[in-house]
Amino acid sequence: MCLPLKDYNLTYKPVGEKAMLIEWPEEIDDAILEDVIRFRNSIRKTLDEDCELVPAYHSLLIIFPKKTDTEQVTRKFRSLYPERKNKPLKRKLWKIPVCYDEEFALDLTLIAKEKGMTEAEIVKLHTEGTYTVYAIGFLPGFMYLGGLDEKLFAPRKDEPRPKIARGAVGIGGKQTGVYPQESPGGWNIIGNSPVRLFNAAREKPCKIKIGDKVQFYSIKKAEYELISIEAAAGVYKIKKEKWYD
Amino acid sequence: MIKVAKPGFYTSVQDTGRTGYRDMGVPVSGAMDTFSAVLANRLLNNDDNAAVLEITMTGPSLEFTAATHIVLTGAKMNPVVNDVDMPYNRVIKIAPGDALSFGKLQKGFRAYLGLKGGLKTELVLKSRSLYTPVTPSARILEGNTLPYEPFTGDIENLIEIKIDNEFLFDTRIEVYPGPEYGLLPKADIARLNTTGFTISAQNNRMAYQLEERLSPNDLSIITSATLPGTVQLTPSGKMIVLMKDCQTTGGYPRILQLTERSISVLAQKKAGDTIGFHVI
Repeated sequence: MCLPLKDYNLTYKPVGEKAMLIEWPEEIDDAILEDVIRFRNSIRKTLDEDCELVPAYHSLLIIFPKKTDTEQVTRKFRSLYPERKNKPLKRKLWKIPVCYDEEFALDLTLIAKEKGMTEAEIVKLHTEGTYTVYAIGFLPGFMYLGGLDEKLFAPRKDEPRPKIARGAVGIGGKQTGVYPQESPGGWNIIGNSPVRLFNAAREKPCKIKIGDKVQFYSIKKAEYELISIEAAAGVYKIKKEKWYD
Repeated sequence: MIKVAKPGFYTSVQDTGRTGYRDMGVPVSGAMDTFSAVLANRLLNNDDNAAVLEITMTGPSLEFTAATHIVLTGAKMNPVVNDVDMPYNRVIKIAPGDALSFGKLQKGFRAYLGLKGGLKTELVLKSRSLYTPVTPSARILEGNTLPYEPFTGDIENLIEIKIDNEFLFDTRIEVYPGPEYGLLPKADIARLNTTGFTISAQNNRMAYQLEERLSPNDLSIITSATLPGTVQLTPSGKMIVLMKDCQTTGGYPRILQLTERSISVLAQKKAGDTIGFHVI
């Protein structure tokens, strides 16, 4: 049913006294990301609960609670790699509402001008894409999304803004993403999403996971305000579907 | 409870950190100088993870409303309890109404106030460590009240214990090569082991920037995980030593990794202090 797994050439490096970094070939590639997640899942089963695993793009960092014999751990993981399971990953497609109104889209006009497109064309391209969550970091709940249409690539701003609003949707180089809370930032802001991507009051504060897919859809200001109220009250649920490869 | 009359320059509640959420981008946080925080808890026969106050540069003025035992470790800041000098690394009894305040910073940068049973402030994602946006504030503020369970027993550590913590004030720290150490030119590797590096004014719980630079470079990596103690190298050659509130991923090469002990030593340094690396 499934194609045989491709075995990548992995490197294993100790990082300090209690962490181990596993690296795949240095490429941004969905197949590599899937292999990272697959191997993460099989390693997870062999470790105690207090170990942490941080996957991103082409790497996996394993953090042990105590000093660890990294050579022994490397041997264990090397022999585990070929045994990882070849079954489809459980992934979701999340549909995130974005208001692209002028009020939020600080850089939309500028980007449209530079690209020789209308603002509506930019929004159309941004909402037509299906993006992959390659990593979560930088801020709690911040997703590094890959898969942006190359017509929308835009370099980060020379001077980062000291304050970007929570929910701001931006383009930074070849990536797009949503600021889960107010923060300084250098991305080009094209809209704002009323949803809460990170909520420390929830047992699972961030529901979207690495490897999941994300789509944006355009909403009007009135709907934005309605969802904002629901999100603040903790009753808004981001629409999601199962994702099949 | 503790009533905060004055919060000091930057005082925060910390335990050993918020583990288990790094894959959601949540920094681990926890005491910057783990050695001193854990020492305070061990002197009190507390769990290592009990919440302490991390006191940076200028101490707070605090009032205790219930009996307890306390201990101070780490940076020397001339503490006084009701106008009587308070010793370091020794548990003392506190009666209701006692007040603790601090004088001038003498040595180091961060002191730790441990308290019998630990502070019982709010647990957020299984940790009491303050970090925004996970907790509403990153530090304690004037007028805050910090709960604890009163304790009226006897002091358990009666024997004078000789604590060897002078290493915290060392100026040379041991570091491991980081994942991208191999990308450094030979001249930079030589400089790392021989040059002193000055702590910049840009230093806080997220990161310490260093003044002296390595060579400008065009090294970059695909975003990958980082840790407290990871030394990042920017294209301009600036080194950024990530600390406990650091982001969980980054795109700069990770050239060094501090040992746990070295992170504690660095946490006791302030702007203008100099450190040297010893790559092991």
